[in-house]
Amino acid sequence: MTWLSDGVVARLRNIADWPTPSDARYDVLEPLARGGMGTIYLAHDRVLDRSVVFKVLATPSIPSNEQALASRLELEARILARLNHPGIVPVYDLGSLDDGRPYYVMKRVEGPTLAEYAPTVRSLAERLRLFLRICEPVAFAHARGVIHRDLKPENIMVGPFGEVLVMDWGIAKLVPSQGNETTESDGADSGPISASRKTRHGTVLGTRGYMAPEQARGEVRIDARADIYALGAILSFLLDSVPPPESGPLSGVRPLQAIARKACRSEPVERYQDVALLMAEVGRFLAGDPVEAYQERPMERLGRFVRKHRIALLLVLAYLVMRILVALV
Amino acid sequence: MVAGLRSADPEVKRAGQDTLVSAYWKPVYKYLRMKWSATAVDAQDLTQEFFMRALEKGFFESYEPAKGRFRTFLRTCLDGFMSNQRKGERRLKRGGGVLPVALDFDDAERELDRHAVVDDTNAEAYFHREWIRSVLGQTVDSLREDYARQGKALQFRIFERYDLKESEAGSATTYAQVAGEFGVSASDVTNYLAAARRSFRRALIERFRTVCESEADVEREIRDLLLGDVR
Repeated sequence: MTWLSDGVVARLRNIADWPTPSDARYDVLEPLARGGMGTIYLAHDRVLDRSVVFKVLATPSIPSNEQALASRLELEARILARLNHPGIVPVYDLGSLDDGRPYYVMKRVEGPTLAEYAPTVRSLAERLRLFLRICEPVAFAHARGVIHRDLKPENIMVGPFGEVLVMDWGIAKLVPSQGNETTESDGADSGPISASRKTRHGTVLGTRGYMAPEQARGEVRIDARADIYALGAILSFLLDSVPPPESGPLSGVRPLQAIARKACRSEPVERYQDVALLMAEVGRFLAGDPVEAYQERPMERLGRFVRKHRIALLLVLAYLVMRILVALV
Repeated sequence: MVAGLRSADPEVKRAGQDTLVSAYWKPVYKYLRMKWSATAVDAQDLTQEFFMRALEKGFFESYEPAKGRFRTFLRTCLDGFMSNQRKGERRLKRGGGVLPVALDFDDAERELDRHAVVDDTNAEAYFHREWIRSVLGQTVDSLREDYARQGKALQFRIFERYDLKESEAGSATTYAQVAGEFGVSASDVTNYLAAARRSFRRALIERFRTVCESEADVEREIRDLLLGDVR
């Protein structure tokens, strides 16, 4: 009998799980990652001759959850398809395997996660601009009635040109919003796009440390402010990640810490009520303006004033020195 | 398989015995060598005696799927058999029966020599790991025979080269490399591998069907195979 080493046994296990798309358009090449719900493969699109990523339901799923998981994967694909934004990975196709499992095909994205990338960014200002780029697709999704529910540094990728992509919408949820006709559904039965019963009944989905308290409690009625909480935690991560950002023209991170604390308040009503307000606060800090979340002391106000107007102050100072010198001569 | 063992038809019964011994003798032999510290000679005698007695006395026919997996049941029978052997402190004397399949113990010994260090804290995990290795190995063999019958030796060799040969650390084989070695195009390699992997999956499911009692068992075994720790 053929001898199989441990490495080959592991490889054959992967092959046993290998997806076979009904559509011969895709060649599934290599597994990239295995998650709780699905496995992600590198694949090749024969028609357009390009690399793509292929996400398929992990097999075999536990029978009682099979339908719920399949629905969730399809929901994820449909949610992504409606979120046409440069900060959200586009979906190209949705289909099913020979064995009936659903799959979807999306753009191949390469690059480090935010968790890997942030420590390499030494400038605080650049970290904050990165944070604002993360906020943009989240705000866009909220405007279309989608909340992510699992925002964390590991789910954010940074492309070769610094572009940000918010990934893994596997536990995203639809909520009512302007322009979104779907009723809040954790809605397994309420329309073509629906979430699973697991969340309808309040199963805890998300990641500790970035999960809002109401989400951690398994409350059903969570809204976009759960993502605000996660964004606050991400802002804290960007402030605290190692090595710490260089101090420089934007020294004094207390206002930023206050912004992060406000975003992470236990009560949703005490947080920023939408992403735009959070972005505006960070934008004010970047512009050298006071932020609403932080009550400055007089010396801090003076320091901020000096930092913001340092060029003008230097010009005035130079002018005064020149006048004094002229007067002395 | 167990249904075959229970059959009144001698042909069907014989086929069931053949399937059972083929699927389990190697994990049993290795288990005796590694877990019961049997010498190679004793393990050979014990393996044959275990199956002979179990088949003669119809031990396996009493298996009830509702109580657990067949391989767990078989291993429990094996442990009971070995306890009796050790309690009796008597030299094993083999009966005069003949097993339905030839057992290549030298092959099993060669495999043991190549094994990584065994973690002896979990007998069930070890037996499972070797059972999976055995099932996958038999599936590879049946695929090879199938491809040879179909005149697709080249396709199998490409599958063997890419998927059955362990890469050295840090040097992953590329499709282009394999294409160069075999004088075919990279797209041929892609197609051959995709087809071979599909065939392998089908053959594996068929193999599980021959040794499992129901489709639910097949699903359960596949789930264990995919998600369980078989390293």
